[in-house]
Amino acid sequence: MKSAPFKYYVPSEIDEALELLYQLGDEAKILAGGQSLVPMLNYRLLSPANLLDINRVSELKRYSLTDEGLKIGAGVRQREIELSPEIELAFPVLHQALTNVAHVQIRNRGTICGSLAHADSAAELPSVMVALGAQMVIRSGVGVRAVKAEEFFKFHLTSDLEPAEILTEVHVPKLPAKTVGAFEEVTRRKGDFALVGAALLGQWDANGQIQNCRIVCSGVAPVPLRLRFAEDIVNGTDLSDQVLVNVQQSVMDSLDPTEDIHTSSHYRKIVTGVVVRRGLSRLVDQRGAANGSR
Amino acid sequence: MSQISEIKENLTVTNIGRGMIRREDPRLLTGQGKFIDDLPFSDFYEAAILRSPHAHARVVSIDTERALKLSGVIAIYTAADLEPIMKDLPPKVSHPKLNYQIRLPMVKEYANYVGEPIAVVVAENRYIAEDAVDLIEIEYETLPAVASTHAALRKGGPKVHIGSESNVAVHIIQKAGDPEAALKTAPHVIRETFKITRGGGHSIEGRGVAARFDPITQQLTVWDNTQAPHYVRQMLATIYGMTEDEIRLIAPQDIGGGFGPKAQFYGEEVVIPWIVMQMKHPVKWVEDRWENFISATMERSQTHRVEVGFDEDGHLLVLKDVFEHDQGAYCVGLQVPTITMSTLPGPYVIPNIHSELISCYTNIVPTSSLRGAGRPQAVTVMERMMDRIAEHLGMEPAEIRRRNLIQPDQFPYAVGLLFRDGSPLTYDSGNYPALLEGAVDRIDIVKFRRDQAEARSQGRFLGLGLSMYVEGTGIGPYEGARVRLTNSGKILVTLAASPQGQGYETVYAQVAADAIGVDIDLVEVRHGDTSSIPYGQGTFASRVTATAGPAVWEASELLKSDLLAVAASLLKCDVSSLALSGNSVFIESEPERRVLLYDIALVSNVGRHGMSVPRDLPIAIERTAYFKPVQAVYSSGISAVIVEVDPETGKIEILKSLLGHDCGNVLNPMIVEGQILGGHAHGIGNAIYEEARYSEDGQPQAVSYLDYALPTAIEVPTPELFHVFSPSPLNPLGVKGAGEGGTIPVPGAVANAVEDALRPFGSRICELPLTPERVLRAIYDHD
Repeated sequence: MKSAPFKYYVPSEIDEALELLYQLGDEAKILAGGQSLVPMLNYRLLSPANLLDINRVSELKRYSLTDEGLKIGAGVRQREIELSPEIELAFPVLHQALTNVAHVQIRNRGTICGSLAHADSAAELPSVMVALGAQMVIRSGVGVRAVKAEEFFKFHLTSDLEPAEILTEVHVPKLPAKTVGAFEEVTRRKGDFALVGAALLGQWDANGQIQNCRIVCSGVAPVPLRLRFAEDIVNGTDLSDQVLVNVQQSVMDSLDPTEDIHTSSHYRKIVTGVVVRRGLSRLVDQRGAANGSR
Repeated sequence: MSQISEIKENLTVTNIGRGMIRREDPRLLTGQGKFIDDLPFSDFYEAAILRSPHAHARVVSIDTERALKLSGVIAIYTAADLEPIMKDLPPKVSHPKLNYQIRLPMVKEYANYVGEPIAVVVAENRYIAEDAVDLIEIEYETLPAVASTHAALRKGGPKVHIGSESNVAVHIIQKAGDPEAALKTAPHVIRETFKITRGGGHSIEGRGVAARFDPITQQLTVWDNTQAPHYVRQMLATIYGMTEDEIRLIAPQDIGGGFGPKAQFYGEEVVIPWIVMQMKHPVKWVEDRWENFISATMERSQTHRVEVGFDEDGHLLVLKDVFEHDQGAYCVGLQVPTITMSTLPGPYVIPNIHSELISCYTNIVPTSSLRGAGRPQAVTVMERMMDRIAEHLGMEPAEIRRRNLIQPDQFPYAVGLLFRDGSPLTYDSGNYPALLEGAVDRIDIVKFRRDQAEARSQGRFLGLGLSMYVEGTGIGPYEGARVRLTNSGKILVTLAASPQGQGYETVYAQVAADAIGVDIDLVEVRHGDTSSIPYGQGTFASRVTATAGPAVWEASELLKSDLLAVAASLLKCDVSSLALSGNSVFIESEPERRVLLYDIALVSNVGRHGMSVPRDLPIAIERTAYFKPVQAVYSSGISAVIVEVDPETGKIEILKSLLGHDCGNVLNPMIVEGQILGGHAHGIGNAIYEEARYSEDGQPQAVSYLDYALPTAIEVPTPELFHVFSPSPLNPLGVKGAGEGGTIPVPGAVANAVEDALRPFGSRICELPLTPERVLRAIYDHD
């Protein structure tokens, strides 16, 4: 469990990092928080020839919360976002998801963008970013591009990032008024990756009906799985008990989830229905608050 | 603590029975511990081991050429280079009927499990050594693998060992009474099949071996974080053809947990010191976590087919259990399954018993003792059946137990089977009703049943599980202690057994200080060095308190009589007029007439060079005692657990956990409590979380804590504890072992609680650990 040899680069400017990455190409891995990368190096699951440490790039260490939304740089630790009261108020579902990411010690070091770039579909952040409609800001030596979260995740541990690119920032757009959200998951142990997880968002309208509902599951597919059919069932309804029962059944009937050593496809199929129903009932719990002061 | 006072009446006891803060704690809590990898082995080369990636394969060829060319690589050894030590590593516990398969230190031709050592690379550091491992080219001919006892017993299936006719390692039957007849006549007979999986030891520190050879003194010094220094020394002496005095085996002062796997003997322990003697250069190998997952012994699974017969009142008439045990690729020892066999009857009067073991080889890392050592499986089986009897008769589970317990006046109680130490399974003492009633009172079962009914009406599912056990501890053959008056007037206790966190430096200072009567601050305890005491056995099987404890006591008493005799000579008085306290011996009626221990050391140890001393004056004040138990001493306990099960996700929440424990007299209650709490965590892990999963072709599926669900502090509730004190009549301290009692009953109690919670669904809990998946299946997949 000692890493294979690699060359180590510590750029202090983003342009320097991009230039290095351009030269090194697919022979390099980017080290941010290292909470997934370093164990993979030690298990020799990865043995990149070069390691590009972006922890000294001060430009990447910033986050900002404005009228447009939240921007989180690639160097920002998960714990910083979790502990910001303003962010918790603006994006409660992101805060809830973060409290389910591993343990405090790991969140102290792990970065938001690192988790997204790692693209583990059982992780919390990818599904919550898809639900939030986040944009991935991707830079390379030749320019900048933005990719919707929903299109960023390609397969398990595979994202849209090209070898010479860095996910420098994630943009989370401001949520519409009266948005409610929930994050639900089932894990073996506290802090584990989800056996099944779901991030849910929606808005209660004046008639007491949920609109623009987004339901995105983690752990059930090679990418965060947006359950559009379930969203169609619930949008425009009052999320009555009958609707919740219907959506649970529909999820159970429709999914063909991943099987791994943690649990079976069958378990995930049943429990995804449960998790989605429970998440939706938490949206119901917030109906009064959404139609009240805000 | 009532029984402790009985000792106190007879002896001047001031330290025994006190929860003294551990002397070890300051260094451990401030990061000053000295574990094997902390020792200043700066000039040592480091080794990495190439391990078989296949569960079953023939090694066709090994090419080390590229690896040897890597800068920093010193040498590479394979079995072909180690012919003189390619000798059998025999099992710790064997049986005449064992279908024996030779276990070599490294693979010679056939690799029989993933993780079996094939080559050792020695390099300037571990990084380079691991790089070189990747450069060794091996051609394998892969062979079909056997990855479960079920597969092992399949007719016409592949064999674990090429050329063997059967995968059965041993088939043993033990009987008491006439079980066949009793099964025919019993008014009620119920049956069930249980599959119980146990995990690994997961000590925070892996295994480690380092060695240095001094060509001048011809002394081989081996540092090995083993639980059994003298055992390893003897194994090495036998294999190397050396005498025990040519090998000094040092178990470092601090060892980060043992739990059983470090009490076994491994190929790495043979190979590393031998390489050192060949290279004439010191080398160290420290197991990393990945190696620990695939190559340290673990316990894995047993499958039990059990029948119990009982009468209308719930009295047990007969128990018949036939079980498969996964021995792994080699028989490291039969202790685990033979312990399972004899643990089944537990605290109950069962006139007729049939206990049958079918132990199977598999192409998986060998299994051996892990905290509980076959007992959690046996207890789960028996206690699940006690609950089934209660269900069958519509009785409260506590009541069915109450009716079958061995009573306090029935000791010594002969069960009718043999224990793993070879002696008849005869319980020395205990008070099982006190354990049961202690738990029943604290749980308040009547109230619980009301709460349970009310919760069910709200769609919540609570369950209560009880589980009782009897555990053989303090087994032989012996353990030793040397007690010495040092030249500076202090008392040095040297133990043969060495600890892995059990606080020996504290607890045996308590014993020695009380036996001698000196101030405990004058007593120092050392351990773990075979050059300091010639013979010993080691720390395993909850045996040291009841073996080394009496040895320390006896050696200290002998030393005390020497101290008094010297003082009597110096003070010119009779020994009977003397007393010993603090740092001196004095005449009781004239306390100012005293000699310091230091003065005694000057006279009897240091002496005046060349001068004679009186004929009856004890000299060289040092006493060694070995305590030889006649048989095991039997601890006992009960676990009671209340759970809430989420029937939609299969998640189990433990609302309450209670442990009642009886290990006889308690030397240090705080340390015993710590042992029970730690054992309880292992029990929770085995009940709900831990599972060493293997694929059907024998590939380990969980080789990191990402995939192996070792519980953390968050998952383990703090149990409520209570104690019952039934001193053993078989040793002078009245003590029994306490290292495993926290683990043993917990999986059975949790399983009982979960089935109780899910009774409205008619669920059957027959397989551990209780993952969310298994719980949901128990709810959905039954008739």
